[in-house]
Amino acid sequence: MLAMDGVSKTFFPGSVNERRALEDVNLQLDTGDFVTVIGSNGAGKSTLLNAIAGRIPVDAGRIDIDGTKVNRFKEHRRATFVGRVFQDPMAGTAPDLTIEQNLSLALLRGRRRGLARGVTKKRRARFVEELRALELGLEHRLKAKVGLLSGGQRQALSLLMAGFTHPRVLLLDEHTAALDPQRAALVTTLTGRIVEQGGLTTLMVTHNMQQALDLGNRLIMMHEGCIVFSADEKQKKTLTVEALMSEFGKIKGATFDDRAVLG
Amino acid sequence: MIGAVELGLIYGVMALGVYLTFRVLQFPDLTVDGSFTTGAAVAAAMITAGQSPVVATLAAAGAGLVAGIVTGLLHTKGRIDGLLAGILTMIALWSVNLRIMGGANVPLLREETLMTPLRDAGLLGRTWFGTLIFFVAVIILKLIVDWFLTTDLGLAIQATGNNKQMIGSLGANTDGTTILTLALSNGLVGLCGALVAQYQGFADISMGIGLILVGLASVILGQAVLGQRFIFLASLAVVVGAVIYRIIIFVALQVGLDPNDMKLITAALVVVALLLPRWGFLKRVPSWRDMRGGRARVPETKGA
Repeated sequence: MLAMDGVSKTFFPGSVNERRALEDVNLQLDTGDFVTVIGSNGAGKSTLLNAIAGRIPVDAGRIDIDGTKVNRFKEHRRATFVGRVFQDPMAGTAPDLTIEQNLSLALLRGRRRGLARGVTKKRRARFVEELRALELGLEHRLKAKVGLLSGGQRQALSLLMAGFTHPRVLLLDEHTAALDPQRAALVTTLTGRIVEQGGLTTLMVTHNMQQALDLGNRLIMMHEGCIVFSADEKQKKTLTVEALMSEFGKIKGATFDDRAVLG
Repeated sequence: MIGAVELGLIYGVMALGVYLTFRVLQFPDLTVDGSFTTGAAVAAAMITAGQSPVVATLAAAGAGLVAGIVTGLLHTKGRIDGLLAGILTMIALWSVNLRIMGGANVPLLREETLMTPLRDAGLLGRTWFGTLIFFVAVIILKLIVDWFLTTDLGLAIQATGNNKQMIGSLGANTDGTTILTLALSNGLVGLCGALVAQYQGFADISMGIGLILVGLASVILGQAVLGQRFIFLASLAVVVGAVIYRIIIFVALQVGLDPNDMKLITAALVVVALLLPRWGFLKRVPSWRDMRGGRARVPETKGA
């Protein structure tokens, strides 16, 4: 479904600030794969997601979604294939529009937007059904402005908006990081449910090791722009937070050793 | 007084245009100073050349539309700051307008205009029935704007002003929605320029100077009075605001101020309307502060 082949990206090339965010990244996701991505700050996780979503152009390599090479597609065209939820709960919804208007906008992901009525009876019925599944009572507040909702509610709504049109790929960028533990747990549960129900091919960045283990069927670890560790379905089931941490330590230690030798 | 209300209703068309950019798109568009005169110039030039006033008025709206597209292209494709893009178009239009008019002034005396039937019937500036005609016309236009903003495309435009990142991630081309909104807004402003020229009987190169402030005054005044919780109310408010503005100007002239003082009055009016809510009066205009306080604005996501 998603294939990245030799993808590289360097920010500020040739300057003192040069930073290699992605180095020859190869990644294949089959339909229905749910891959969690972990790694320290600056490891290239967000760049990976931004490269897939088309927010930043890549320097080399090719990105295929559902057999189509999308390198040249701009962000808004890739949105046809890609659903996203951002870290900032405010980023995924329009605060001055109502819940039903936001959902209508999401419903037309990647389609032409014409002069047909935005919120129709038929659509509203579907929204009620979708919102009921969130179990947050939002189905009774269709005409409330989204700016009135809490961060957790907005993030749950963003998740629904990203997922309910069945995008080929769903990208979750630390989407629970800005929420309090209780809300984060709620959104984590919803994530698992929405991805499973939709059979969505998903890539989720997280800093929470436990979350990375709880969700998804595969796991990758990134460091300095490379995928340094990868666990398939079978391996992931046996992984523990401790094992991940030690893997993490090994990689960090290794780079340190290399530098020490080179220095 | 009747004249002031009539003029206010005509300027309501312009205020609707300014509402689209300033409030809906959250884009301070200075193009209007130029595109208003462009509308007047096109209409006046075509009417004096013998064209039907209806065609001339529509062409004026079209000319405004094009001006808006230019600003939109400068801003989106050229990545020029919105304020500067508007100023550039506005300044360039000064020369264009002089070319269109072939001089600084085009009189429409004894020409057949859209206002001629009303004037012949003795309805213009004298009876409230004439005012009613203007009122109905501008309300119809307002309802069209309301309808447009609730279509799929209109919602995408609202979202562009509200949260650009979000609507981009949902596959709408935000460059396209921005250009479209600027075009429609300036189309309305051009239309208004054509109507004003026909109402007052001439087009003048300097008639658009400071018009953006008139538009802002209308939007801010009206929404201070009526609020802007729903689109229906918000767009009605800008029309009401345009009338209130004209009445204030009318009163200012009545108490003996000079027409040359009106720009200062307008600027002072906008400043007062902006400052009052911050000092705790007129609590119903929180939107301006929100615009800068960041409730509606979303920070760009950082890379990596």
